[in-house]
Amino acid sequence: MAEDNLMPVRARDTDWEGVRLHVVTGKGGTGKTTLAGALALALASAGGRVLLMEVEGRQGIAQLFDCPPLPYGEHKVAVAPGTSTVPGGDVYAIAADAESALIDYLEMFYNLRHAGRTLTRLGIVDFATTIAPGLRDVLLTGKAAEATRRRTGGAPLYDAVVMDAPPTGRISRFLNIASEVSGLAKAGPIRAHADTVQRVIRSPETAVHFVTVLEEMPVQETLDGIAELRGLSEGGLQLGAVMINMVRPTALTDDQLTAAARGHLDRHELVLGLKTAGIEGSLGPDGSTAVADGLAAELGEHATQVLNQREHRRVLTSAGQPCYDLPLITDGMDLAGLYRLAAALQEQGAA
Amino acid sequence: MSEGTKVVPRLDTDRLLDDPRTRIIVCCGSGGVGKTTTAAALGLRAAERGRHVVVLTVDPARRLAQSMGLSSLDNTPRPVPLSDDAAAGGTLHAMMLDMKRTFDEIVEAHADPDRAGQILANPFYQSLSSSFAGTQEYMAMEKLGQLRRTEQWDLIVVDTPPSRSALDFLDAPQRLSRFLDGRLIKLLTAPTRAGGRAYLKVVNVSFSVITGIVTKVLGAQVLRDVQTFVSAFDTMFGGFRERAEDTYRLLQTPGTAFLVVATPEPDALREASYFVERLSEDRMPLAGLILNRVHRSPAARLSAARSQAAAEALLPVGGPADNAHSAGSNGGGAPLADATRYPLVVAALRLHAERMQLIAAERRLAQRFSAAHPAVPVARVIAQPEDVHDLAALRVIGQSLSDN
Repeated sequence: MAEDNLMPVRARDTDWEGVRLHVVTGKGGTGKTTLAGALALALASAGGRVLLMEVEGRQGIAQLFDCPPLPYGEHKVAVAPGTSTVPGGDVYAIAADAESALIDYLEMFYNLRHAGRTLTRLGIVDFATTIAPGLRDVLLTGKAAEATRRRTGGAPLYDAVVMDAPPTGRISRFLNIASEVSGLAKAGPIRAHADTVQRVIRSPETAVHFVTVLEEMPVQETLDGIAELRGLSEGGLQLGAVMINMVRPTALTDDQLTAAARGHLDRHELVLGLKTAGIEGSLGPDGSTAVADGLAAELGEHATQVLNQREHRRVLTSAGQPCYDLPLITDGMDLAGLYRLAAALQEQGAA
Repeated sequence: MSEGTKVVPRLDTDRLLDDPRTRIIVCCGSGGVGKTTTAAALGLRAAERGRHVVVLTVDPARRLAQSMGLSSLDNTPRPVPLSDDAAAGGTLHAMMLDMKRTFDEIVEAHADPDRAGQILANPFYQSLSSSFAGTQEYMAMEKLGQLRRTEQWDLIVVDTPPSRSALDFLDAPQRLSRFLDGRLIKLLTAPTRAGGRAYLKVVNVSFSVITGIVTKVLGAQVLRDVQTFVSAFDTMFGGFRERAEDTYRLLQTPGTAFLVVATPEPDALREASYFVERLSEDRMPLAGLILNRVHRSPAARLSAARSQAAAEALLPVGGPADNAHSAGSNGGGAPLADATRYPLVVAALRLHAERMQLIAAERRLAQRFSAAHPAVPVARVIAQPEDVHDLAALRVIGQSLSDN
């Protein structure tokens, strides 16, 4: 009866059927939190309930969803758009921190909530997570694993959990819980806990997605991160998608791009076109020539960028993970932009 | 001129670099704004203007090492070959922080071999020294102090760790103190401090309650390891804290200049505001804001609106709509405006309109920052179409800083 994956019926398959814990990482500045939020919305569009979790104490989710800082606990932050037949589901959010996660953990497994508070008050949690950061990571990943596995009335409480995880540079350590903790706790409850968490993280229910932009350093970090996770993945850590953020379409043809990048554009055409458009007159005698030069330079920069981006994309694709394109939101990131990104993710099969 | 702005003080980076009293430059800012590149560009420019510079980076970007002509950076300052004609007698070194090695070296330098061996082998030490983000901050401070004490360089340029909250390095000394003065560490070290038999006298009830809980949750072996670690480390703690506090005070002296790096984007500037406030709270000498990757246009006379209108004028009525440009999400060619005789011109005008809108948005953000922090001088670096691969590209950035 109580089937593990009692998923709401969907119109079509997505790329991540069966994945219930989505870990989203990425280099700083690439929009990791934004796309984690968009993914949560996209997943919730099929109905049901999705939990979005941040673990770095930045209150990025609250900013993203334009709501006051999240107190500890799981709070509803958005309703997904849904379709004409299926109403959208709910996105809940939690800003997880190690101390509260420990208190939850002690209460849940040992009925020791009070003890947890005492440990916190005495600075023990601070101490333990200071000298053994692996403990902090295991508490946070543990919280995500727990939320993923939590059940109500025989069915999972959350249809999916999306974790806004630490940046690419730290992700493999963050997820490699067993080895982080094994040196510290060779036996005992924390070790048992770590092993459980490890099993969830390395199950087919979990996938790790990378957010990047088409620039050299983020692309390189993404490839490094993928290689690192592959290195750990004999236990079955599942790589997810590469989400290419801030993609801008180009209006130029390939020939124009090549010409523009080399500075071989047809300037005559530019000058003539500007004249036809009436740019000339109001800008002084040689106005359109100066403007034409300026525009040619801008086209050249644009073309160089587009060609570099294509090369970055080629390199990214060679990593063999599905890639999703997310458009650059030019008019400032807000809720409307977030819904657009969610729709783009859905269209491309991410959810 | 530009829509009633107050005059924002200009950050004169060359004067800062040329001033022999400037001994340390700290670049801070949120992740992805180009801190490391900025630090390298400043270091190069200072060296080419005659200073003896070492750039200390904590960001393991291989490209940066390569851009400085180094195959790797390995916790030791390596000389960066400058072209002969450019060098005004200055020198440039670069190093990348290896936090574990830095930590190990401190342990080896400050503990006798036996004890050092004990510490290095302890699982808690290994975890602490290799994985804690805070360790990186602290080790960056430690390395900075070390470099400064050698007096081998007259300018140290350092970028800050890409940490969760990028000013964690300021908290490193306090955190260490809090850690060392914490009740828990006193309890944990009490047995060894008081010596074997006195254990029972010193230990009070709350301790046994705590050890009970810790044992239950973590297992008894963890507690033993922690105690071994703490007692082995105990003698070194004082020195650690002292040096951290020294470095902290060194940062407050006028010889230090903090540069907050940001891109003209809402998140980065919000973080920058936070840094500015935090630095002032800690009485750290802020030199200014470096606004990185600012867009400009060589055809700025043509406004976004006129450019857009001109593009439309070139399209036949009922031709591709405005939003043809924002449809589709592929980065590849999406040729539009087939219906016009001037597809290239239409594309150019639209690109230009977009760029002018971006410039306007960036300017608004910068103005908002300056309105909140009117005394903070600002320098701009023009966005480069390509990534930094070599010294020449770093030089362009340094030049752009100076031109602004």
